[in-house]
Amino acid sequence: MRLPGRGLHEGPPAEVYFDGKPYDARTGETLAATLLANGVRLMGRSFKYHRPRGILTAGSEEPNALVTVGRRGRQRPNVRATMQEIWDGFRARSQNSWPALSRDLMAVNDLAWPLLGAGFYYKTFMWPRGFWERVYEPMIRRAAGLGHLSGEPPEQASEKAFAFCDLLVIGAGPAGLMAALTAGRAGARVILADEEARMGGRLLSETHEIDGGPGHAWADGVLAELAALPNVRLMPRTTVTGAYDQGTYGALERVGLHAAPRADLPPECFWRIAARRAVLCAGAIERPVAFADNDRPGIMTASAVRTYLNRWGVAPGQRVTLFANNDDAHRTARDLAAAGVTVAGVVDSRDSAPEGDWPVYTSGRVTGTRGRLGLRSVTVTHAGGTREIPTDCLAVSGGWNPSVHLTCHMGARPVWDEARLAFLPPEGAVPGLAVAGAARGRFSTRACLEDGAAVAAEVLEALGFDATRTELPEAEDDPYRIAALWHVPGKRRAWLDMQNDVTVKDVAGAAAENFRSVEHMKRYTTQGMATDQGKTSNVAALAVLADATGRSIPETGTTTFRPPYTPVSIAAMGAGGEREGFAPVRRTTSDAAVRSRGAPMVEAGLWYRAAYFPKAGEKAWREACDREVAMVRGSVGVADVSTLGKIEVQGPDAAAFLDYVYANRMGSLKPGRVRYGIMLREDGHVMDDGTVACLGSDRYLVTTTTAAAGLVMAHMDYAAQVLRPEMDVRLTSVTEHWAQFAVAGPEARGVVASLLDEEMDAERWPFMSCGPVGIGGVDGRLFRISFSGEQGYEIAVPARYGASLWRLLLAQAEGWGGGPYGMEALNVLRIEKGFLTHAEIDGRVTAFDLGMQRMLSKPDFIGRAAAMREGLLDEDRPQLVGLRPVGAVAALPPGAFLFAPDAAAVREAAEGHVTSAAYSPTLGTTLAMGFLARGRSRHGETVKLVDHLRGVEVLCEVGDPVAYDPEGKLVRG
Amino acid sequence: MVKLSPLSPFAGLLPREVGSLRVTEVDPGPVHWIAPYRSGLEGTAEALGAAGFDWPAPNRWTGGASGRLVSVGPGQAFLVGAVPPEIPGAAVTDVSDGWAVAALEGPTVREVLARLVPVDLSEQAFGADATARTLVGHMSASVTRVGEGFEVMVFRSMAGTFVEEVERAARSVAARG
Repeated sequence: MRLPGRGLHEGPPAEVYFDGKPYDARTGETLAATLLANGVRLMGRSFKYHRPRGILTAGSEEPNALVTVGRRGRQRPNVRATMQEIWDGFRARSQNSWPALSRDLMAVNDLAWPLLGAGFYYKTFMWPRGFWERVYEPMIRRAAGLGHLSGEPPEQASEKAFAFCDLLVIGAGPAGLMAALTAGRAGARVILADEEARMGGRLLSETHEIDGGPGHAWADGVLAELAALPNVRLMPRTTVTGAYDQGTYGALERVGLHAAPRADLPPECFWRIAARRAVLCAGAIERPVAFADNDRPGIMTASAVRTYLNRWGVAPGQRVTLFANNDDAHRTARDLAAAGVTVAGVVDSRDSAPEGDWPVYTSGRVTGTRGRLGLRSVTVTHAGGTREIPTDCLAVSGGWNPSVHLTCHMGARPVWDEARLAFLPPEGAVPGLAVAGAARGRFSTRACLEDGAAVAAEVLEALGFDATRTELPEAEDDPYRIAALWHVPGKRRAWLDMQNDVTVKDVAGAAAENFRSVEHMKRYTTQGMATDQGKTSNVAALAVLADATGRSIPETGTTTFRPPYTPVSIAAMGAGGEREGFAPVRRTTSDAAVRSRGAPMVEAGLWYRAAYFPKAGEKAWREACDREVAMVRGSVGVADVSTLGKIEVQGPDAAAFLDYVYANRMGSLKPGRVRYGIMLREDGHVMDDGTVACLGSDRYLVTTTTAAAGLVMAHMDYAAQVLRPEMDVRLTSVTEHWAQFAVAGPEARGVVASLLDEEMDAERWPFMSCGPVGIGGVDGRLFRISFSGEQGYEIAVPARYGASLWRLLLAQAEGWGGGPYGMEALNVLRIEKGFLTHAEIDGRVTAFDLGMQRMLSKPDFIGRAAAMREGLLDEDRPQLVGLRPVGAVAALPPGAFLFAPDAAAVREAAEGHVTSAAYSPTLGTTLAMGFLARGRSRHGETVKLVDHLRGVEVLCEVGDPVAYDPEGKLVRG
Repeated sequence: MVKLSPLSPFAGLLPREVGSLRVTEVDPGPVHWIAPYRSGLEGTAEALGAAGFDWPAPNRWTGGASGRLVSVGPGQAFLVGAVPPEIPGAAVTDVSDGWAVAALEGPTVREVLARLVPVDLSEQAFGADATARTLVGHMSASVTRVGEGFEVMVFRSMAGTFVEEVERAARSVAARG
């Protein structure tokens, strides 16, 4: 029911729909306020028992009033009605009920409650064992649960951002406002973050006066001053969700969720805030008392009643009863009466209580309630007897729990304070994070204001700012009078964690089953493990556990809190990483030309390379691949090899350094010459292979494989900086600077020569030579190297000329009967020649395994000690071999295992495996490479290849890995 | 003799304007990586000093309209926009074509970059001569304050991803209105 003239919120009238039914609303109010204003108390069904539930709170701690907003790509489950702002045309629907919220058939679970207590599933669904995953769990998950995701990708992506400040103030209630004001006036860079749309905290919900005026007006004044300061940033609708190392805080901002969707506007922004210091002013959360049937719609916290009344101008009921154990809660009765709402009675558990114009029941307890879909009456036992009070709203207060959550995010545990009956944050829980106000048990308005200013001043001084004392405004400073009351004994169920349906009996049951540790109780009952993380129930639950185990609360201890403070959607945390945002795309300079030829692209690291270049009439990739292989062997082919890593090594000690990082000798390389080499890891296994070109004295160019470029660069930097800092050598990557193309085939020289500015002298360019060349007046580099076994060149120009050179090379090659070739053909060509890739160098392979042990002849290099160990030189190790099928052509799948022909194809009998395979159009057979125990001494033998996954079994002949031109005449031709 | 025609890294991708953010391609001129040898620190400082460049402090750049010497790591700098003098005591490598360089300007430039760059780019923290080797999204980058805006260098091969990510961030900033 709306109370005309009450409340702070004014918004244009709006119509919203809940479960399809329209309701009058005011734009910008919460969905909870709208529904209460329209007399709707039933908002959801509980997780396990499908109990009818309404609103418990008015904030982010809400366990009950969870709804689903939006559909399809905009569907968001488990949205707290207490936080969701509405707009005209807003729609939400209830969760976990069928066929309707008021007639939920699954509520049959509630009748079976004596069976369904904590531990029921684990004890009951044990046999047969395999049924748990396939039958029981899916069944239970269907029966229980909250909202669902739509399964569709989000229509609008969220975003992530970084922010920096001297002081992060978390929470904009009285303490936070004073802290921000003090810091803002001192000139510090301040971020003030608050999870509400409007800042002010409890000042918006209470009728307290500050400096003789309404508290919210004082808050508005402070906010206006802060907004005008250039060094202060206000971040409303932003929940600081986690405290992380070195002053980093995670925060979730609701950017577009409070209004009708707008193009490009992200729903949420996940902030990473780096703060030199932070002050936690998160306030406190009121806790209910557990009593029989305390979960009926219409029962809520006393402070929530005041929020709906004073902030939103909505009376949550027409006859409200109050049940409390402290003085603070009595404000609720006073505010209700002042607003003209009937106070049906005040039940106080203590033997004396503040008086008012309403019946006060001291030494009172609420022992029962009635009203299945909404509260109708409560039963009260008090000093004068027992009576039933008709009421449609019960305001409950069991005291306040300081919001210490963030102080626990690095492992600290809160400390019990017997006077306030609350857990308080320990000192120094999170480095750089101070706590002020109600979050550390300073509950009065005056105490919050004072603490916020004082703590901020202290922090500012530590940061080197001159903080002049901010004058403290006048405000109430009432003492916090409270007597312990956690639960009211009784036969019917008394609820603690309403979201996970945990009762007092469940906690006592946990203790009875000897789950006496608070951590065990939590896991046995699932107390505090729902989306609200037990904000309103954890402390009461451990008080009940303490009682059941005969210990004090500090002896019982407490569970701690981990990030996030409130749920963070994965879409926000992963924002920017959807689809292609997952990783940068690296394109070569030939990319556009290659794609325009219809070449399918394959990923190589972050690069995209052409797989093959289809021609009209070719039906399968193999046709194109076979043609390209024949083209390279028969005339000439051109391939973009720019993606290979290129590292320049310079300095007086460059030669010595290369000798150190390569397993074979490199320092003796003369200018104008290229050499193949392998690098080992420190553990003696091969890390990468490639070539080194000597460009001049003390200047070398290292090439790496595409995928290992970053790894090799890091490895060499590490060697230069850490292992051999005395060597005067400098390294830099030039991968991106050079576009480089391979030209291979019998006609390669003709193609290359046609592009060079100077006439090409064959004698000047023998195999494994390199040097500068001019191409169209541009300074380029030419390397006489080959990864195909044919006469081969690689020609490099600065990348700006890459696209142009690619076009020219193709035009020339096509004139010689050649053309471009892709990764598939490149792979076939190298398998025919037995050249290595990371399929072979898979991290488990040594130079010995590859037959390259002779290259390891120097006294010192990285990996030498390990590579010379006995076990790594064992003849029984799998050694690199070539394989081809005996008899008919057959596929030889990489990954297949090798066995002796008559051995059983079982793991114990495996003698090796296949690493690479291809059909060789040149030799008219399938070829494979692989590793076979004692392989080098078994050339000519037959082995059995078995691929258990694909059901392949082929007899193969073992041979040399080099199947084509074993003498290497062609490359030198 | 054949003729090779150059293509800039952002050809066909820039300029772009999203909301009040302007992104334009910068032709940086020659870019050389300079790393003095341990034995050549003084010689390098001398040779560069004679050409008008002081060796920059970490995360700073020196120079001006006739070129910038930009710190890019311990003992490493990029000379941007000027041909390096003969420096006997340093490793010098031409990396002009390895980088795509874009200028970002406009009133929302810091807000847009705050979505991509994990470095404090505020006036207080990132002054007129500031530079940082850092990230733009997932990309390794060099971000330099130039005048009222920023120049960002990313790998040439990632130019497309850079434009996509900046545009996306700029759109969401603009949508906040």
